[in-house]
Amino acid sequence: MSSQTSISPQQVAHLAHLARMNLTDDELIRYAGQLDHILHAVARVGEVAADDVPAMSHPQPMVNVWRADVVTPGLSAEDVLAGAPAAEDERFRVPRILDGE
Amino acid sequence: MSTIDRTNLTRVSAAGLAAAIAAGDVTALEVTNEHLARIDEVDPAIHAFLHIDYDGARAQAAAVDAKLAAGQTLGPLAGVPVALKDVFTQVGIPTTAGSRVLEGWRPPYDSGVVDRLRAADCVILGKTNMDEFAMGSSTEHSGYGPTRNPWDLERIPGGSGGGSAAAVAAFEAPLGVGTDTGGSIRQPGAVTGTVGVKPTYGGVSRYGLIALASSLDQAGPVARTVMDAALLHAALGGHDARDSTSIAAPVPDVVAAARRGDVRGMKIGLVRQLMGEGYQAGVSQRFDEAVDILRELGADVVEVSCPNFEYALAAYYLILPSEASSNLARFDGMRFGLRVGDDGDANVEQVMSATRAAGFGDEVKRRIMLGTYALSSGYYDAYYGQAQKVRTLIANDFAAAFEQVDVLLSPTAPTTAFKFGEKLEDPVAMYLNDIATIPVNLAGNCAMSVPIGLAPEDGLPVGLQIMAPSMADDRLYNVGAAVENALVDKWGHHLIEEAPAL
Amino acid sequence: MTTTGTDLTYDDAIAAYDPLLGFEVHVELSTNSKMFCGCPTEFGAAPNTQVCPTCVGLPGSLPVVNQVAVESTIKIGLALNCEIASWCRFARKNYFYPDMPKDYQISQYDEPLCSNGYLDVDVVDDDGNHQVVRVEIERVHMEEDTGKLLHTGGDTGRIHGADYSLVDYNRAGVPLIEIVTKTVPGTGALAPEVGRAYVIALREVVKSLGVSDVRMEQGSLRCDANISLMPKGSPEWGTRTETKNVNSFRSVERALRSEIIRQANVLATGGTVVQETRHFQETTGDTTSGRIKSDAEDYRYFPEPDLIPIAPDADWIEELRAGLPEAPGLRIARLQQDWALSDFDMASVINAGALDLVIATIAQGADHAAARKWWLGELTRIANSDGVALEDLAINPAQVARVAELVETGSLNDKLARKVIEGVLAGEGEPDAVVESRGLAVVSDDGPLLAAIDEAVAANPDIVERITGGKPQAAGVIVGAVMKATRGQADAGRVRALLFEKLGVSE
Repeated sequence: MSSQTSISPQQVAHLAHLARMNLTDDELIRYAGQLDHILHAVARVGEVAADDVPAMSHPQPMVNVWRADVVTPGLSAEDVLAGAPAAEDERFRVPRILDGE
Repeated sequence: MSTIDRTNLTRVSAAGLAAAIAAGDVTALEVTNEHLARIDEVDPAIHAFLHIDYDGARAQAAAVDAKLAAGQTLGPLAGVPVALKDVFTQVGIPTTAGSRVLEGWRPPYDSGVVDRLRAADCVILGKTNMDEFAMGSSTEHSGYGPTRNPWDLERIPGGSGGGSAAAVAAFEAPLGVGTDTGGSIRQPGAVTGTVGVKPTYGGVSRYGLIALASSLDQAGPVARTVMDAALLHAALGGHDARDSTSIAAPVPDVVAAARRGDVRGMKIGLVRQLMGEGYQAGVSQRFDEAVDILRELGADVVEVSCPNFEYALAAYYLILPSEASSNLARFDGMRFGLRVGDDGDANVEQVMSATRAAGFGDEVKRRIMLGTYALSSGYYDAYYGQAQKVRTLIANDFAAAFEQVDVLLSPTAPTTAFKFGEKLEDPVAMYLNDIATIPVNLAGNCAMSVPIGLAPEDGLPVGLQIMAPSMADDRLYNVGAAVENALVDKWGHHLIEEAPAL
Repeated sequence: MTTTGTDLTYDDAIAAYDPLLGFEVHVELSTNSKMFCGCPTEFGAAPNTQVCPTCVGLPGSLPVVNQVAVESTIKIGLALNCEIASWCRFARKNYFYPDMPKDYQISQYDEPLCSNGYLDVDVVDDDGNHQVVRVEIERVHMEEDTGKLLHTGGDTGRIHGADYSLVDYNRAGVPLIEIVTKTVPGTGALAPEVGRAYVIALREVVKSLGVSDVRMEQGSLRCDANISLMPKGSPEWGTRTETKNVNSFRSVERALRSEIIRQANVLATGGTVVQETRHFQETTGDTTSGRIKSDAEDYRYFPEPDLIPIAPDADWIEELRAGLPEAPGLRIARLQQDWALSDFDMASVINAGALDLVIATIAQGADHAAARKWWLGELTRIANSDGVALEDLAINPAQVARVAELVETGSLNDKLARKVIEGVLAGEGEPDAVVESRGLAVVSDDGPLLAAIDEAVAANPDIVERITGGKPQAAGVIVGAVMKATRGQADAGRVRALLFEKLGVSE
């Protein structure tokens, strides 16, 4: 599988869209080459026989970390909106979500 | 302890400064001002700092002096200046994670690390430079320009925490706090001749640590001596209820271990897969010499095999980008940070995409796309899923090794500090810098890099990596101190004293 | 109603196709604090005042699980006869949207806390036949709610045509429990009723646990209805649509009915049903097209590294199981027996969402028939016409019980009672106060009645002649006149008796 992994500029465009990043056509080509190269290097994880091996998502063997259902102090609206790129009426202002009709 | 050189406060260790301040030989404010002056003097050349908090630092120092004047007994690091990697939130202080997407952002809340530093009465001098979002091994990927290695200004200081290591190596601060996801504290430590430690995962709070890879990131100490690192480690470590991955157990007694430095009867393992081919000759030579020192000090040294370490780099460069691609999604221009393209006409998708394209550098974009790919439907099992299994195998290799030995050793990095631009063309060549440090992040246990000499061929620092099981961080300090003491005995000084004057 | 050519009716549709149902219901828990942080969950606070670094997704923030949310989820799972996972994790669901503070939602993916349960739902059709439908539950899992968007600049405050939007993150991070059914086959013509009955029954279960207000109109109970049609005799499953914006029990039924008709018409003309999300429109009863689901986001689920796995202790689970309240189904059966009701009549009570109100009214002293009569009759009529839920009417069970009592003791008749209720709803005070201030008591003193009778008799000599001439039924006119004169406050039977007594006629 590793020798056949190959990523095209179209695939890169799809990834860039999923990740909400505008890329120019030149960038798509450049990144495709680099990602292809990196994928070849990392694809060797597939060489390891690991069918019966459990996946590890957390390094320390802990369970049941939780907190009591009590209210604790948070941030004021002023604090949380202070860093906002745009705010109006004590809310975060964001560009329109759909294209106009 | 009036033996410190008051005319050269910046050359004194953290332990020395703390003792002098506590004894009243010098004030915290004097110490802070000396370090601020040093920063003004050398940082234009080094560029370790992204933000210097003159007023805040002086106010913190003055507060320490006031407490002491009032007769209070303070902790073992009271009044000591610290440089903070710009990945930790600090109220009102610009926090960028080395990225343009957070340019000018002043957090409304403090990180757990800042809370601990304040509780220890340390003085935070400012925020240090780093590869953008901690992705890199040279600090060349910072959105704000690189940091230079104090040993040779044409060379990288390592990464991603090049700023904190360079600051400490250039005597701009006796202590730094960094983060280590794949070697970002240890590798800069190795190439700058300083001490860097990655504590056991969960040992230090990640609350307020701008996340790169949540299951790999860990904050840790940067210092010039093993004892200084131990004092800082003890101050930083411990449970934080705001971090679910934080360990609810006391920090192992790292200070006592650093004081001990006794390896008689210890079993030490050399990891076959982390030496030999691929390591610069001078690095291997100094490594072998350090191992000999430990033998002479009474340790039993054997070779151990950790066969799955061959796959650590591959697994890491799948797991990290996957988690990072998700962690970095929030940088979309909606709630904080940079926003680009909001002209009243563009829709939200367009603004998000323009913002992220403008705000993120190349390496960040590459890793986000790599991670997006690895998690995609159809690819998950082969890439991310498989990498998580390899992770288990690596943890198993460590477990098996630690049944035979108390600590494992390897060179910290395969080469000494390379020149700017040398590894920028090929991302994978850059990734190889982490080949020895990555396994520990995957398994979650702890490791330290301590300086062991200069490579003969280039006169640049080499680091020894010491690895120990989870929660056995004290073993790092015991072995580290033993090596350091032996070398200081041999040379008459710490290696860092040989760094060229700036 | 939208037509696509052939205009199949519902009956036509059901004759040709078998509906396959599925439901995704979200329950907003009534915890004190949010799912992953200590911010309050109260409704109606000023915007962005119930927030912290975690629920706004600030860089460096981290989630910590609310223990009561875990407990509530287990209780719901147990009440739905589910298996509780011995070990499970949270997962990240990755997608970009401005109401999502982290641009991923912490949820559960392939390791839900509860799975493989069922809920037996009683469904009664128009003819009173009832059947028990076992709705299988695929999973019950935990996740977090999003912020609220206010679309600004467009005509109606809706997303279409808006110039920009404003976001309030108070609601972001509020605990949501998602309950997903397996596909429900074999409901046939009763599909819409089954849907409605399922949501009502599910609500009863969750309500009995005390873990949520479960009010559809307030958003603490949200239902997405999925439906596909299978041509009769064909083994091929149809394409499924998901309908959102279903805000009442009645809407569940109407939405399913509408979708069955729509999909049948599409299929009958040789078209294909598009896999998509549709929106239910209250005013028309139709569903309209939303975002096409085929452009499905790849959510790139992976285990949430910031949260630690949940491994509920077996003893704890048993403790929770022992503490579960009586299953609502059993409670209903018991009440139905106590009240000696037919299945149809009991179903009517439940379908009106009146069960708890009726029970509370009985607890205040009313007889169960009277309690049912008022809640299912006049009050349901008023609630429907005002477009509110029964429990939101400005009258409480104690007041209804008092009205029922006044009728029983003869102080009020039905007509007057309705006026009293009107007064209470208008905020004029307690029933007795309304009776007094509006002067609504039944006239019990014969004096005024006799005076009114005399007047009516004098005014209608020809009627009197017919009554005394052997046509007692003509008395109705005199009685009517007396009722009018006394503004309906006379007891009609008593008036009639007095009239006949006066005229010397026997009834």
